[in-house]
Amino acid sequence: MEFLRPTSWGEALAAKADAPGAVPIAGGTDVMVELNFDKHRPEALLDLNRVGELATWSEEEDGRLRVGAAVPYARIIGELGGRLPGLAMAARTVGSPQIRNRGTVGGNLGAASPAGDSHPPLLAADAEIEVESAARGTRMIPAGEFYTGVKRSALAPDELIRAFHVRPAEGPQQFSKIGTRNAMVIAVCSFGLALHPSDQRIGTGIGSAAPTPRRAFEAEEYAAGELDWAGRSPLDERVARRFGELAARAAAPIDDVRGTAEYRLHALSVMARRTLTWAWKDYLNGGATACA
Amino acid sequence: MTMTPAKVPRELDSPLDGGVGESRRRPDGTLKVTGEFAYSSDLWLEGMLWGVTLRSPHPRARIRSIDVSEALAHPGVEAVLTHEDVPGFKFYGLEHKDQPVLAIDQVRYQGEPVALVAADHPEVARRAAAKIKVDYEVLTPITDARRAAFDPDCEKVHEDGNVVRHQPVIFGGDVAEARAGADVIVSETFEVGIQDQAFLGPESGLAVPGEDGGVDLYVATQWMHSDLWQIAPCLGLPEEKVRMTMAGVGGAFGGREDLSMQIHAAMLAMRTGKPVKIVYNREESFFGHVHRHPARMRYEYGATRDGKLVFAEAEIILDGGAYASSTPNVVGNAASLGVGPYKIPSIRVDAYGVYTNNPPCGAMRGFGAVQACFAYESMMDRMAAALGLDPVTFRQINAAHPGDALATGQVLEHMAPLAEMLGRLKAMPMPPERDAAGHDLRELPGGVSNTTHGEGVRRGVGYGVGIKNICFSEGFDDYSTARVRLSIIGGEPTVLVHTSAAEVGQGLVTLKAQIARSELGVRRVTIAPADNQVGSAGSSSASRQSYMTGGAVKVACEAVRERMFKLFEERLGRPPASLAEAVEHLPEVLGDEVIDETREFHHHRTERMDPVTGQANSHTQLAICVHRAVVDVDVELGLVKVVELAAVQDVGKIMNPLSLEGQIHGGTAQGLGLALMEEIVVADGKVRNPSFTDYLIPTILDMPPMRLDILEYADPRAPYGLRGAGEPPTLSSTPAIVAAIRDASGLALTRVPVRPEHIAGSS
Ligand SMILES: Cc1cc2nc3c(=O)[nH]c(=O)nc-3n(C[C@H](O)[C@H](O)[C@H](O)COP(=O)(O)OP(=O)(O)OC[C@H]3O[C@@H](n4cnc5c(N)ncnc54)[C@H](O)[C@@H]3O)c2cc1C
Repeated sequence: MEFLRPTSWGEALAAKADAPGAVPIAGGTDVMVELNFDKHRPEALLDLNRVGELATWSEEEDGRLRVGAAVPYARIIGELGGRLPGLAMAARTVGSPQIRNRGTVGGNLGAASPAGDSHPPLLAADAEIEVESAARGTRMIPAGEFYTGVKRSALAPDELIRAFHVRPAEGPQQFSKIGTRNAMVIAVCSFGLALHPSDQRIGTGIGSAAPTPRRAFEAEEYAAGELDWAGRSPLDERVARRFGELAARAAAPIDDVRGTAEYRLHALSVMARRTLTWAWKDYLNGGATACA
Repeated sequence: MTMTPAKVPRELDSPLDGGVGESRRRPDGTLKVTGEFAYSSDLWLEGMLWGVTLRSPHPRARIRSIDVSEALAHPGVEAVLTHEDVPGFKFYGLEHKDQPVLAIDQVRYQGEPVALVAADHPEVARRAAAKIKVDYEVLTPITDARRAAFDPDCEKVHEDGNVVRHQPVIFGGDVAEARAGADVIVSETFEVGIQDQAFLGPESGLAVPGEDGGVDLYVATQWMHSDLWQIAPCLGLPEEKVRMTMAGVGGAFGGREDLSMQIHAAMLAMRTGKPVKIVYNREESFFGHVHRHPARMRYEYGATRDGKLVFAEAEIILDGGAYASSTPNVVGNAASLGVGPYKIPSIRVDAYGVYTNNPPCGAMRGFGAVQACFAYESMMDRMAAALGLDPVTFRQINAAHPGDALATGQVLEHMAPLAEMLGRLKAMPMPPERDAAGHDLRELPGGVSNTTHGEGVRRGVGYGVGIKNICFSEGFDDYSTARVRLSIIGGEPTVLVHTSAAEVGQGLVTLKAQIARSELGVRRVTIAPADNQVGSAGSSSASRQSYMTGGAVKVACEAVRERMFKLFEERLGRPPASLAEAVEHLPEVLGDEVIDETREFHHHRTERMDPVTGQANSHTQLAICVHRAVVDVDVELGLVKVVELAAVQDVGKIMNPLSLEGQIHGGTAQGLGLALMEEIVVADGKVRNPSFTDYLIPTILDMPPMRLDILEYADPRAPYGLRGAGEPPTLSSTPAIVAAIRDASGLALTRVPVRPEHIAGSS
């Protein structure tokens, strides 16, 4: 197996163009597991750890944050927790401290597992993924179009993920995940939620309950219409419940070794109800984020 | 001389003080936490080959043919072996020799070894193994243990029938009559899923061919001599030509009682004339060792209105999978301990161990007593509820005490009264109420996964009692041997303790030194690596090594002391006034001489269970632990946070408080795992979760702090009066936690592990 070590983004793109079969490796927390279990025998590994810019983030002129693909979870929590609270909450649930030190959102996107914890908050916050190839240059893919199937994404074989772009939270965000133990667990199912008060809208993301992470559009529309944004009146319990039902309705889970489809639907409705309740309470209290 | 591999365990120097009863750190502790300890997977010898095992993908199939030619032609490959290459007897097994070294004409479980490859690199060996062509005729696996046992039309896994052992226990009066006299009757069927030992060090070892045609084996095992007795006949070698050295063991919990790669590596080494190392990866490890028997258990109890049990009836079916392993003895435990330490006038238990094409099951911490404990403790709660009695009070009313007989007629002796243990447990302070305003997610069900801020959370409390046999039972003489050598090294008296006992993490290396220091008054004690140059120590299982190898070290030390005193008298013309004086004069008294004594230690005899009534004094020693669990359950999502576990355990004598507490914490955590998450999920005979991604074991956020109350009711037959302590906490924590979840949720919960969907009411 070849081990390619580009030192710049340009070199990385060139290497990927030369060898589209080369598997990029960032934190390696997915790649190394697959190698150890002998799931894949790639012709080459493309190490992105020397491409310094991938591990940086910046504020863009459009007001959004541009976060390099290889910024590890630990830094997302530490450096961006205030501005990306939903993603930070999800990041806190990823694996163990060791995994959070190595693992990255870029890797989570690259793996495109329906159970990846970054996806629901990225969906809920309308993130866009910046990908690039040497041949065709840069494309911006909305998170909602990025996931195309179980462990499949819109990324072309010669493309690499450079960053994701997302607006800092302007309202409360929440993330909730079910696992059969209280830490270090892959999601049985998960739910991300973001309030967007300026356009009186809410965003959602469902994890591990369909072939791909996806939004719950019907639930979003329903809640946006029912919530009293201007008057800031408390959330009607029935609205929260209905929101939960609609969120579950957007899912298409299966029975597997981690849980049953029926449980996933049930748990999604509960998580959606609870997260909306918490987020709305925070909104009424004037807070931008949850105090979890 | 054969070469000595790198990364073989070395002699361990223990700290310079600390006798029996004191907390002392492990002599191998620093090595382990700094990553320097040599585990069996680290073994290394220049020029060694790597062995790989080809396993069956099918739980049941006939093998029409095996074609190894392409694999053999693969560059770098030095040998490809099948059952035809087994040099000696082709079968092995702990109790029944029913397991082929390599599959012969058929496979009986998914993962059964079919062929072996040795090559100069592990990847080469793997690629070559993939080129072995096995022509399988796939058959429908036999997976329903109850059907396998009772349906005469069910096909047979082995020719001699599907029931490995049926052990009845019939005690006291007729159950049917007692049933007629009962005021209240409750019945229920319980299930226990397959738990795995989940040790972290995968099966691994190194075989080095000897110049005499024999073999040197470096392996991580629980009982070297039992390995040897199975390995030598299969290799066609006399036992003295199979030299065994214990390599570093990365945990065991019963999973290393059966052979894994031992014979395979030796066969490859003998065939190629080169050292061969085999290391399983994590996935293979799930197929490379036996698991805890899953169980289906139907119970019925009757009691009088005032809370006295009048009868108990139980049918326990243990699925042993494809090969017998230790199923017969697991059945013996489930039967003899099937209703726990309670006084019940009429008892009928039928325990069955059954062959199926499911994964083979055998020894795991708690050994047959764990499954039954979940059922009988659930029944105690059921009955208490039916009678409107407090569960602790109901247990106290029916508790068996010293002088009372168990179901087998064996009388409890020299141990703490259960009713008193329960009283102490109940009197322990409760953890504080949940802080409703507090928002530390780590304290809530779901943890930082942020599933609740208090919504749906209810607290529950539950109790569990468990009784475990210590040492081997049913007439088995599981003696242990110790060699103790005293000499003067650098002017200082030094003791070397040499046994073949397996240090599997339980702390025996610490304890052996403590005993030697106490018995001989010497500071410097060295623990020799374990090998078979000294007699059998028996297995590091059944909570028995403190008792048995501790006992052997003690008697060997006593023999050394006697000679030391004699020498003193010979040289100084008078007996020493004290041990301290004898040690003080040792350099002059002993000079260049060496005192070297080897002793065997046997426990008192036990009896086989009567095949019809189960009556017998079958157990060497019995030990009880009781647990209280406090849990917070999110009843809507089915997630559980165990808030606190409290335990009272009688250990006879506290030998080392630090390592004893570690054993109780660890045993309790393993019981928590069974209660809440640990299960090998099997469908149609195939394992669906052979990885630590999906076979979940508790983390630090799952295991709560514990309160312990440790009692010392000495057993005069045991060395220092001690009682084995490693297993009992594994029994009682499971039913205590499930009882607490029932208390919080109001649900019946008849199966472990309890899954979120069982609580949340969706399935
Ligand atoms: C013990 C453990 C626990 C875990 N727990 C969780 C968990 O709780 N939640 C969760 O979501 N995940 C979990 N994971 C999975 C993993 O940690 C995450 O998916 C993580 O985000 C992967 O990031 P990485 O940088 O390590 O990716 P890598 O392993 O380096 O790469 C992952 C994939 O992305 C591709 N890739 C990486 N970077 C790029 C790029 N810039 N452009 C294109 N493709 C790229 C790689 O080729 C590969 O296919 C766990 C893993 C382990 C080992």
